[in-house]
Amino acid sequence: MGVRYFGAEVRRVEDPRLVTGKGRYVDDIELPGMLEAVMVRSTEAHARIRSIDAAAARALPGVHAVFTLQDFPAEYHDRPMVQPYPAPVLLQPTTQHPLARDEVCFVGQAIAIVVAETRHIAEDAAGLVAVDYEPLPAVVDCREAVKTDAPLAHAGSPDNIVARLRVAFGEVETAFADAAHVFEERFLQHRGGCHAMECRGVIAEDRPLHDGLTIVSATQCPYLVRRNVAAYLGRDEGRVRVVAPDVGGGFGPKAGVYAEEIVVPLAAAALGRPVKWIEDRREHFVTTNTQRDQEWTLEAAVDADGKLLGVRGRVIHDNGAFVPYGLLLPMTSLTPLPGPYAVPALDVAMDVVFTNTAPNSPIRGAGRPNAAFAMERLIARVARELDLDQAEVRRRNYVPADGFPYDTGQKFRDGSAIKYDSGDFEGCLDKVVELSGYAGFAERQAEARAEGRYLGIGVSSCIEDTGVGPYEGATVRVQPDGKVQIQTGAASQGQGHETMLAQVCADRLDVALEDIYVRAADTGAFPQGVGTIGSRVAVNASTAVFDAAESVRDKALQLAAERLEASVEDLEVEDGVIGVAGVPEMKVTYGELAKQLAPMAGGPLPKGFSPGLEATSYRTSEGMPTASGSNIAEVEVDIGTGEVRVLRYSVAHDCGKMINPMMVDGQIVGGVVHGIGNALFERLVYDEAGQPLNNNYGEYLLPIATEMPPIAVTHQETPSPFNPLGIKGAGEGGTIPATAAVVAAIENALEPFDVVIRSYPVSPEELCDLIEGGGASERSA
Amino acid sequence: MKHTHRISLTVNGRPVETEVEDRLHLADFLRRELKLTGTHLGCEHGVCGACTVLVDGRAVRSCLMLAVQARGSDVTTVEGLAAEDGTLSPLQEAFREHHALQCGFCTPGMLTSLTAFLRDNPAPTDREVREAISGNICRCTGYQPIVAAALAATGDEAIEGEN
Repeated sequence: MGVRYFGAEVRRVEDPRLVTGKGRYVDDIELPGMLEAVMVRSTEAHARIRSIDAAAARALPGVHAVFTLQDFPAEYHDRPMVQPYPAPVLLQPTTQHPLARDEVCFVGQAIAIVVAETRHIAEDAAGLVAVDYEPLPAVVDCREAVKTDAPLAHAGSPDNIVARLRVAFGEVETAFADAAHVFEERFLQHRGGCHAMECRGVIAEDRPLHDGLTIVSATQCPYLVRRNVAAYLGRDEGRVRVVAPDVGGGFGPKAGVYAEEIVVPLAAAALGRPVKWIEDRREHFVTTNTQRDQEWTLEAAVDADGKLLGVRGRVIHDNGAFVPYGLLLPMTSLTPLPGPYAVPALDVAMDVVFTNTAPNSPIRGAGRPNAAFAMERLIARVARELDLDQAEVRRRNYVPADGFPYDTGQKFRDGSAIKYDSGDFEGCLDKVVELSGYAGFAERQAEARAEGRYLGIGVSSCIEDTGVGPYEGATVRVQPDGKVQIQTGAASQGQGHETMLAQVCADRLDVALEDIYVRAADTGAFPQGVGTIGSRVAVNASTAVFDAAESVRDKALQLAAERLEASVEDLEVEDGVIGVAGVPEMKVTYGELAKQLAPMAGGPLPKGFSPGLEATSYRTSEGMPTASGSNIAEVEVDIGTGEVRVLRYSVAHDCGKMINPMMVDGQIVGGVVHGIGNALFERLVYDEAGQPLNNNYGEYLLPIATEMPPIAVTHQETPSPFNPLGIKGAGEGGTIPATAAVVAAIENALEPFDVVIRSYPVSPEELCDLIEGGGASERSA
Repeated sequence: MKHTHRISLTVNGRPVETEVEDRLHLADFLRRELKLTGTHLGCEHGVCGACTVLVDGRAVRSCLMLAVQARGSDVTTVEGLAAEDGTLSPLQEAFREHHALQCGFCTPGMLTSLTAFLRDNPAPTDREVREAISGNICRCTGYQPIVAAALAATGDEAIEGEN
């Protein structure tokens, strides 16, 4: 078997269509007879709906229907959406009604859907729907929501507590009793919105006498949508097909199930016509899940050398108005907390609370960037208090390179230990120290300081638990023309899965990459799938493709051996041709074998062979591979204006064996920029009444080209023992440590002013206040 | 009251003559009327740049311009950047070579913006390229490979190809 493609910087097979405008995103699809929909959304953060008057909207020429919840069949009038990730610890697993019943709990919540000949008419009509609200008290700040006398985000609920979580292991009390030092840190984290450049979108077509309901959605998880929508509508899953076409970025929030994925099908079913709904950017700001505030209060117990003995504390997590995605976001903020450090004891509790703001679910990295930021804050504090170098304090605390597999002390839900499979955290740090010119920084800083410029450097390390199971299957099928088709459930939102899976398959079969095509993310084309979240597709789907391709190769060799009257051991494969070694004329192609295995009526099927040169595998990684990385940011702060410029950014990353280093670098660099955006720019602002204040790209700042530094990336390859390819996920390792690195660099630059940053994103205005005031301050949410 | 106007213009080298509603913006006209869905709408308030097309050679946000304003213009969309025979432009090739796209949604706007920029600035610096795309938001790539692709597409051979 060759390794022509694995590990090579293969150009992407997706690109020819995408650079020529031939991509096919949801909004590019038109079905015959299709109508277009616009949602009517709440303008209030919390209110009771007294009445909805849609008469004027319905009377507008070109409007086919306006549906409120009451206009759908009675069975849906008291049926909130299905909780996709139920958990016993969810005290209030509250989901929304797909259209509001009698109460709205955040600005943007869907109240009605207008369906018309065109989007333009639907927009006109939506503006004519009059909703009479009785305002109710709103709670916006999670630190208020947790209090017993806080306004209730949902009228009639006992309190605002969604869940109380706790992660604990080791002897925490002893750790603190024995500590040479105890440091407390408090900080507020805020990650903002998703902002895939393509907003969400849904097309639904219901053909009850034919193939049932088809939903085209810009989703990361078509199978989750199928499960959830079928359950909600009371339909047979086999007659609900969900397709994700080209999707313009996901970054987490597109992994959930949204009201429109229920409402648009209901409208299409009622009208007997296909219906399309495309989210606009303002809707994206207020209705696509966000990742807002977390307040952390942590204490670190440290010995005299700066080694962590224990960590304890409390977190308040803003879940927004509903629970669209179980507890996956808050849990991923807690369990990865120790990161790359050997923390012997830990006890952290988290209150997950409702507020009257957009619902929350994971954004790139989920809670891991928050966990990394929290742990890096403690490490930074230890370094500052004990006057240790930023790199040195980390070296003292890392899980050692000979300590793998490393038992973190935590347990999975099934009681098994959470372990890190492999890694070399200090090795990664060495690489980034080298790459960033860390050793020469003090000189650069001193020179700049002499000119009145303030340079700073920040180190940040992380791990990423990647490749969550339980599977992501694939079928590999050789067609009679010799082309190889891969079918998988795994949806792509730009990661390049088609290329990646083709690379793995091409090597295993010894065929040319050009002879492979991938069909993915269509529940009608592959029976079972999970979805694209948590850096899991490379790990799971590649393993399945690898295994399926091996079965196909074995079957082909068996049949070729019979056909060529040779033994399997004497056969060799090159570029899709199987031949007998040393006998050039003795050969047969995969395509010829595929044809032999798929005869038409009356044709002979080779004895002992099943039809088709194909195999399906659900083989998966035997555990979650632990990726890791260390980053170093170098910044300059203008002490007059508070402007922060990231001058250079260096990454050493370890995601095991890389299938396509070019695409891995793409994930890392893009991820870092997202993390820099979190550090410096991205803040969703709500006023005290729960009105969102910055729902446009003039006021909500995303990273742009001129603000981003050169980003240098180097790799360490510590193969995962969990899967045959030795791979670990790479989708989020750029984002996870980045915010902490930038914030540490800013503090380092402003050391002469004793500036301690206790919240992000860090605005110039706040920095000016900190520089003038000295010491720490904290923004209100 | 629905008002319409008769307009004629050239789109990707082909003459178009049609009736358009006055409120129809150019992006919707291209996407909905001409089925040129390569032009993407990312924000519809003129910041993200995904909808950028060339109007008489200038990079323009087609969400901020009415179709009727394009009367008499020569419009080029992403579909018009490759040669008639499908050969990619050097910039399109460079995007592929340098992994300057992931999800591909901002890509049409990046390509049109840079096509105009590189025509007028055939030997730009890294900084100038960054300025040129500072009105185009990409959430996937971190911009670095886009800048690399633009710089790579400025060789002698590439400039010839841009014409």
